[in-house]
Amino acid sequence: VRPRNLQQAVERVIGVAVLVVVALGPVLFSTYWVSFVLTQVFLLGIAGASLIFLSAYGGMVSLAQVSLYGIAGFVVGNAVTTGESKGLNLGWDPWLGVLLGIAIATAIAFVFGALASRSTGIYFLMITLTFAVIANLFFGQVTTFSGFGGISGIGTPDVIGNVSANPNRLYYVALVIALLVYVAIRYIVRTPFGLTLQGVRDDPLRMASLGYSAPLHRTMAFGFAGFIASLAGVLYVWWNGQIDPASIDIARVLDLLVICVIGGLYRLEGAWLGALAFVVIQNYVRTDSLPVIGGTFHTLIGLIFLVIVLISPGGLMGMWDLLFQGARRVAGGRSLAAPVNESEG
Amino acid sequence: LGSVPRIVALGLVAVALVWIVFAAKPCTEFGCTGVQTAFGSAVDNPHDFVITLLNGLTAAGVYFVVASGFTLIFGLMRVVNMAHGAFFLLGGYIALKLQRRFVGEDPAFGLLSEQVDFWQWLAPALVAALLVGFLGLGVQQVFLRWNQGQELRQALITIAISIILADQMIAHFGSFAQDISWPGVLDRRVDVRVAGVEYTLTRLFILAAAIVVGLGLWAWLKKTRTGMVIRAGVDDRSMVTAIGVNIQLTFAIAFFVGSALAGFGGAIGGSFASLGPGVDANWLLYSLVVVIIGGMGSLPGAAVGSLLLGLVSSFSAAYLPANYTFYSIIFTFVLLAIVLAFRPLGLFGRPA
Repeated sequence: VRPRNLQQAVERVIGVAVLVVVALGPVLFSTYWVSFVLTQVFLLGIAGASLIFLSAYGGMVSLAQVSLYGIAGFVVGNAVTTGESKGLNLGWDPWLGVLLGIAIATAIAFVFGALASRSTGIYFLMITLTFAVIANLFFGQVTTFSGFGGISGIGTPDVIGNVSANPNRLYYVALVIALLVYVAIRYIVRTPFGLTLQGVRDDPLRMASLGYSAPLHRTMAFGFAGFIASLAGVLYVWWNGQIDPASIDIARVLDLLVICVIGGLYRLEGAWLGALAFVVIQNYVRTDSLPVIGGTFHTLIGLIFLVIVLISPGGLMGMWDLLFQGARRVAGGRSLAAPVNESEG
Repeated sequence: LGSVPRIVALGLVAVALVWIVFAAKPCTEFGCTGVQTAFGSAVDNPHDFVITLLNGLTAAGVYFVVASGFTLIFGLMRVVNMAHGAFFLLGGYIALKLQRRFVGEDPAFGLLSEQVDFWQWLAPALVAALLVGFLGLGVQQVFLRWNQGQELRQALITIAISIILADQMIAHFGSFAQDISWPGVLDRRVDVRVAGVEYTLTRLFILAAAIVVGLGLWAWLKKTRTGMVIRAGVDDRSMVTAIGVNIQLTFAIAFFVGSALAGFGGAIGGSFASLGPGVDANWLLYSLVVVIIGGMGSLPGAAVGSLLLGLVSSFSAAYLPANYTFYSIIFTFVLLAIVLAFRPLGLFGRPA
């Protein structure tokens, strides 16, 4: 397929280059980068992609994605651990745990989605935030499933093995899942379902008068996003070996939002770009007290977040798009396409 | 099919009422088994029932003070102030520091209530409310005035501010839990003359303060010119602007008052519970739940939402089977789900 314009051509070249680099990751990067930075970028990017899918194509900014991935992670933890840990300690097969984790998280996502499906915009943001806080408190208080200390010693299937001994296996698994998620979302937004979802985003009233149910589309989209988030959750517990309520508390919920906003809420690639920026800053700003104002990494990331929202609501990907729009304007090219849903309400 | 959630919801409410009033059986002295509850049913054990009721009402009072500020700002400006919880916590910390300065001591384990006079509680609370009010005003003027109508962007801006404030508060006030001391005159029990209950005066004071705040807001909105403009602005902002009202001034006033209520709520909440990292998120959650239940932007909605949230959390903690009380958090979610199933815009909500 021929690229439509210069921007698409450049993006394809960059995309192929990035693919080659990450495919050779274990050769090119240190073990720390492979096992800690990049694997985390892939899995946070998957969670971010579920949020960006909802926001870019459904007009729903959801703060429940971290909770959904946490639910998948807690289910895996309860199902596969034996004996020493908190939770149910069912000691089942790791693959059964994964299936259950994904199935339960997706089912809960459908319930959340059905409850929130009649709201949009900031109402949706608030309702999903309450889901998120309640999920966090639930796992903190209900000692049957977790309790405050969380579940540790969560094993992986034999294919992945010991993550600290062989980090490359999990790295490639995370990479492949991230790619599949990217392709699946790109595919689904071109299906009739994806197109009607975008119709519901732009004009719910008109879509309703054409006979499409807006709440049903939002619920389905939310369920699908919950499925993707649950994949990230499974990868997270494999990577981390443990999960506790603090892994899904409000700070983590906002971290994922920060990732998506920095990367760009309106383009899928932004999820991984934002995750890379976030993880790198988090790892290399290891100060307990910033100069002048004090505070830690979170003050810095909050300031970056604030600046991004103030100057470019589309995040880094939005700046990238603007760059090419500007170039086209200077070149006197064809008229600008309107920026995609930059303002809500 | 649409009536199914309603039938389920009504059934749940009915079961809960029958359980609390007639059916609950208390634990014996040998411990709790099966579905025995910490408190017996209302007909058997009115004393504990009245205490649970009062606990719910007084918690509702704090929820109302905090959430009324949130709903005031939202109703007029359509700004979801996600930094409301951070404003609450900052108000609490300011009151705490001022109280310790006024008393002249800063002991590691907090002040004793005998050391604190009534004005040494009230003055810090009011100063905290004022300072947080001015902070809110500054935030609105700098960050929110020029991008009105971009609701999501404004919500993201306030989220960024809340992240920065939360981290700064840990840096400057420490990360361990602290609380503001009640004055000695309030820190005692009084006989409420119902079912032989002696109840703490501080909690009744909270309830009274919430009622004063509620009546004050009501009088302000109903009886003054500013209040009239605010009510008109809630209904039709562009019309109010068109007839020559300075809506920007009204926005500034509303944001000041809304933030000041968060700060005052922080002083009350910091005396009633405690202050520490994560507390801001909890109180943002309470405000969100209250206004989602009650309807965004509605003052009566905030009152009813606070009552429902306070009563449901208090009763679910006391009347769930004692071995399962940790499930009470789910009831907040169930409450939200029931209300959204009936009215997606909340009990008093109206379409924007």
